[in-house]
Amino acid sequence: MTEETGANPPKAPTVTPTRVVIALCLIAPFVAMLWVDSYAKVDPTFIGIPFFYWYQMLWVLLSTSLTMIAYKLWQRDQRARKGGASA
Amino acid sequence: MKDGVNGVALAVFIFFFVAVTVIGFMAARWRKAENEASLDEWGLGGRSFGTWVTWFLLGGDLYTAYTFVAVPAAIYAAGAAGFFAVPYTILVYPLIFTFLPRLWSVSHKHGYVTTSDFVRGRFGSKGLSLAVALTGILATMPYIALQLVGIQAVLDVMGVGGGENTHWFVKDLPLLIAFAVLAAYTYSSGLRAPALIAFVKDGLIYLVIAVAIIYIPIKLGGFDDIFAKASEAFSAKNEAAGKPVAGLVPGDMGQWGYATLALGSALALFMYPHSITATLSSRSREVIRRNTTILPLYSLMLGLLALLGFMAIAAGIKVDNGQLAIPQLFENMFPDWFAGVAFAAIGIGALVPAAIMSIAAANLFTRNIYKDFIRPDATPAQETKVSKLVSLLVKVGALAFVLTMDKTVAINFQLLGGIWILQTMPALVGGLFTRWFHRWALIAGWAVGMLYGTVAAYGVASPTQKHFGGSSKEIPGIGEIGYIGLTAIVLNIVVVVVLTFVLNALKAPAGVDETSPSDYTADAGDPGVKTELPPATVGAPGDDEPVRRA
Repeated sequence: MTEETGANPPKAPTVTPTRVVIALCLIAPFVAMLWVDSYAKVDPTFIGIPFFYWYQMLWVLLSTSLTMIAYKLWQRDQRARKGGASA
Repeated sequence: MKDGVNGVALAVFIFFFVAVTVIGFMAARWRKAENEASLDEWGLGGRSFGTWVTWFLLGGDLYTAYTFVAVPAAIYAAGAAGFFAVPYTILVYPLIFTFLPRLWSVSHKHGYVTTSDFVRGRFGSKGLSLAVALTGILATMPYIALQLVGIQAVLDVMGVGGGENTHWFVKDLPLLIAFAVLAAYTYSSGLRAPALIAFVKDGLIYLVIAVAIIYIPIKLGGFDDIFAKASEAFSAKNEAAGKPVAGLVPGDMGQWGYATLALGSALALFMYPHSITATLSSRSREVIRRNTTILPLYSLMLGLLALLGFMAIAAGIKVDNGQLAIPQLFENMFPDWFAGVAFAAIGIGALVPAAIMSIAAANLFTRNIYKDFIRPDATPAQETKVSKLVSLLVKVGALAFVLTMDKTVAINFQLLGGIWILQTMPALVGGLFTRWFHRWALIAGWAVGMLYGTVAAYGVASPTQKHFGGSSKEIPGIGEIGYIGLTAIVLNIVVVVVLTFVLNALKAPAGVDETSPSDYTADAGDPGVKTELPPATVGAPGDDEPVRRA
């Protein structure tokens, strides 16, 4: 998400590879969760829990790690920008 | 249901309730003698505590009657369809990550305390600000109603309230008791009590969750058995109904409904007045982002709690009112004393969020309706008085929802609130990113969305109810069943975009925007950013409200 466009120093490009990765990390859970047909099935089960349920709970962990990656990348992006602006 | 009153469980329940109430009142008195700043530190957990303690406190607040009663009840009744709460809570966090830091920045730059404040500042429109405030108050009511239903379910199972043939007054007695307790609690203590009893409440909740999701599956013979029995029960149910009404996975018919409910609920959550209050009270915009990286883990526990619905079926629990399924499961499975602990956890876990929600709605009224339209020169004492009274009125409104809606599908209360609060999205979220939308177009879009959403929800019948029986309906033009709130917001956005083109072409006055682009990215420490927002009225951010739900 390139939401911080207003803050950019004029020279820094708005869309950078890092920001694309951040956006992908944040969009991925939407694609996975809203595509219900991809996981609306019983098999394979895990300790007796149908796929439908454990897959979505697995996505809790996945989306948590993705948000964490996005956060780390975002911090790095902001630091780089601040450093660049003062240099 | 067991006959008569479960004495032991009731005694334990009352013990915890009284204990927590006493702590709450003592907190209010203790605070006066103490250095204000010190409790502020304590209350705003994120400031003095480490991340993990904050995480612990935050989690306790995410567990309301929605998690404990409504979601498992939905699973108990319909199976897979009720599990949408898990993708919903997964999707909330990327949304918060993207939107709310901007709201934090602009609010701390201009001293906004509510979404209405922001909308008025951004679009220079009092009418739009009024629409947002009214929607926030209205949408909070059914959400509070859900909490009341949760408390009522617990009281019902304990045997306070009688059976089907009792006098209506006795039957509704648990509800009236729940209401009275909540009202007294909020009125006297404001937000102080919730902040101080958070540890007790959260401790209880985690204890019950841990025991429930480990002990019950073992007692029922593992998940294989649980799902096999649930599957049988659903087949029997579908045969009886002559159409698929329940199942272990959503059928082709149910997939649109599942996805739209998850997305619609996720978009709605962070716009509620109480979520905004909590977000704005975080220390810095980065705290909001950091919290979104750890909070999703709660969804895991939500998922496990949701599975309790299947366990209730496997345990052979038969209740007409699905909301009673989980309390009844606890009563059957646990020894009486621990059932009492579990009921106390559900009861207090419903009471505290309900108090926080009604105060947030009352503050919204006082700040953006009373002060802006009725009495601009009100004194702080008058404001506090009005806030307290309105927090009562909001609860009366919630009571009206409980009495008129189908209590057997409590999750609908929350979904109805979602339909309404979603309609403030174009002004709020749109406004955070662009000033292109015209203020009059936003009002028109809001009106169309509210009207469509309300009329559509009114027209949904359930087996026990002619109106407001559900929150999903055929999506016009697509033909699939989907969440009304999402259809309404699409309509809303279309109206906003079309009218904005028209109004801009006509050069209609756009209103004054008092914000500037850099306001949306400012962080604590930048010039002009206020770390402490002024208190809205009672129990405002920076007063007692911990960094909740952020």
